[in-house]
Amino acid sequence: MALVSAFALAVILFAVLAGPFIWRVPINEIDFTAKLQGPSWTHPLGTDDLGQDLLSRLIYGGRISIAVGFAAMVVAIFFGVLVGAIAGMSSGRVDAALMWVTDLFLSLPQLPLLLLVIYLFREPVKGVLGVEGGAFVLIVAVIGGTRWMSAARLVRAQFLSLREKEFVEAARALGASRLRQVMQHILPNALGPVIVVATIDVAAAIIAESTLSFLGLGFPSDVPTWGSVLRDAKDYLDIAPHWALFPGALIFITVLAINFIGDGLRDALDPRRVL
Amino acid sequence: MQVHRVSRQYVIRKILIMIPSLLGISVVLFALLALAPGDPFDELATNPAVPPEVRAALRAKFGLDDPVWMRYWHWLIALLQGDWGFSFVSRMDVSTLIMQRLPVTLIVIGASQILAILIAIPVGVLAATRPYSLFDQIANTFAFIGFSLPTFFTGLVLILVFSIQLDWLPFVYRADIAATGWEFYWEHIKQSIMPVAVLGLFQGAALVRFVRSSVLDVIRLDYVTTARSKGIGERKVITRHVVRTALIPVVTLVALQMPIVFSGAIVTEQIFRVPGIGSLLISSMLANDTPVVMGVTFVSACLVVIFNLIADILYGWLDPRIAFR
Repeated sequence: MALVSAFALAVILFAVLAGPFIWRVPINEIDFTAKLQGPSWTHPLGTDDLGQDLLSRLIYGGRISIAVGFAAMVVAIFFGVLVGAIAGMSSGRVDAALMWVTDLFLSLPQLPLLLLVIYLFREPVKGVLGVEGGAFVLIVAVIGGTRWMSAARLVRAQFLSLREKEFVEAARALGASRLRQVMQHILPNALGPVIVVATIDVAAAIIAESTLSFLGLGFPSDVPTWGSVLRDAKDYLDIAPHWALFPGALIFITVLAINFIGDGLRDALDPRRVL
Repeated sequence: MQVHRVSRQYVIRKILIMIPSLLGISVVLFALLALAPGDPFDELATNPAVPPEVRAALRAKFGLDDPVWMRYWHWLIALLQGDWGFSFVSRMDVSTLIMQRLPVTLIVIGASQILAILIAIPVGVLAATRPYSLFDQIANTFAFIGFSLPTFFTGLVLILVFSIQLDWLPFVYRADIAATGWEFYWEHIKQSIMPVAVLGLFQGAALVRFVRSSVLDVIRLDYVTTARSKGIGERKVITRHVVRTALIPVVTLVALQMPIVFSGAIVTEQIFRVPGIGSLLISSMLANDTPVVMGVTFVSACLVVIFNLIADILYGWLDPRIAFR
């Protein structure tokens, strides 16, 4: 399953990366004579209510959605590893305080919080970084900022057991500094499960971004992402179902493929886990 | 009697632990509000009819120039007294507005959780008793598909199939059904089927895998072998001995999933136009109604904490070892 998924994901990635060079229809070419049409040779995935070509809009949207997914994962894993490593290396109060904060964030309802932050900070960030850039930075920061907890707990648990192992003790006896112990000896050995969490985080971030755009609080309508195309399409379900089905299916296939890859990686990286 | 006293102590301890997390949540929310640029008196600043002295006096009156910790303190006191502000759009108190909407959300969430549990437990147990069988593999694949399908897409597909193609179910949730007696309830059930199914299937898919691995962990234990060797039938061993133990961690998971359920509820309420607190949150965000936004966010955070508390208490009741620790 993981191999099939990796292939499917590779196809989607190739399509969104190379697509604009092969399929050269602009994303915002309005053609009212061809509005709400189903799939045809001139428009392989049909058109929307303004007669814009869906294939090129979905290719463009896929770039944004997948880029948000990966960028948010990097942010989340960075904070997670940082917090987890600090908590795992220091014991006592620092550890307890960091874990309390982690648990607090875990018990916050994620989507209301995401929506709240975007609601409060949307306008000022837009003023500084522009419409598209502002939305991208804000969404990545917010999704990453609310998803670091599981990585943090995982890294802490790994650190707690690894730092007592003989090879770390040997490094300590040889006079390795704390930073060197962490960077050279502990962290590389703790990365296996983190990679699995990172994979699944990409899928979760893609869903989170699509949800935000679907609710009208992510990217603005003129920037097509898979979620915002779906939002525009939901009022035309009865006359143009293809418009909603294609972006939805793309999100689903991408997320499913990433989840299967994560599961495969887990089996490959953790032989002790019994299923 | 002994057990009873211990469990009461345990409950009190859990409630006391809850207080710092509620305070923490309120600090996070207030910090976001305080950090966000924008000022309720901005409009007055651009209005030439309001002299700067009046604006300064108003700011002083509402305490906007106070140090941050004092503003937090006033905000917290007002929050605890139930004074949650006034909705500019709906022209009513935020607390009344939320109380009107909350029951619908709780019913939808509750019904979908029950549906999720009703699906997850039998499927998970059956899959675990026949690991790597065809049934297990099919269940596993469907579970993956289930939680990879975003709720907004399942919702739209259900509308497309059952409302538009087959015309069986209404796709807009109506609070004002002009019918009485059985017909009234039937209409309500009919319009709740799709929102509950969307949420329940998503939750159920996530739970199936937990149930399965939890049962697999228990089924290997010695006491299960003992039960089998006493000649108790396999069916009875599973239902009486294995499932009861295996479900203890599942209870915690159901509660830990509550934040995700709330996220799903917001989306579903938006798609099916269910008049709950989720759709209230979105509509007040689109209408810039900040007091309502803050109120709904705080209420959903509180509900999550309360569900965690309920799970902890249930956990202590199901597994006495926990309460003694």
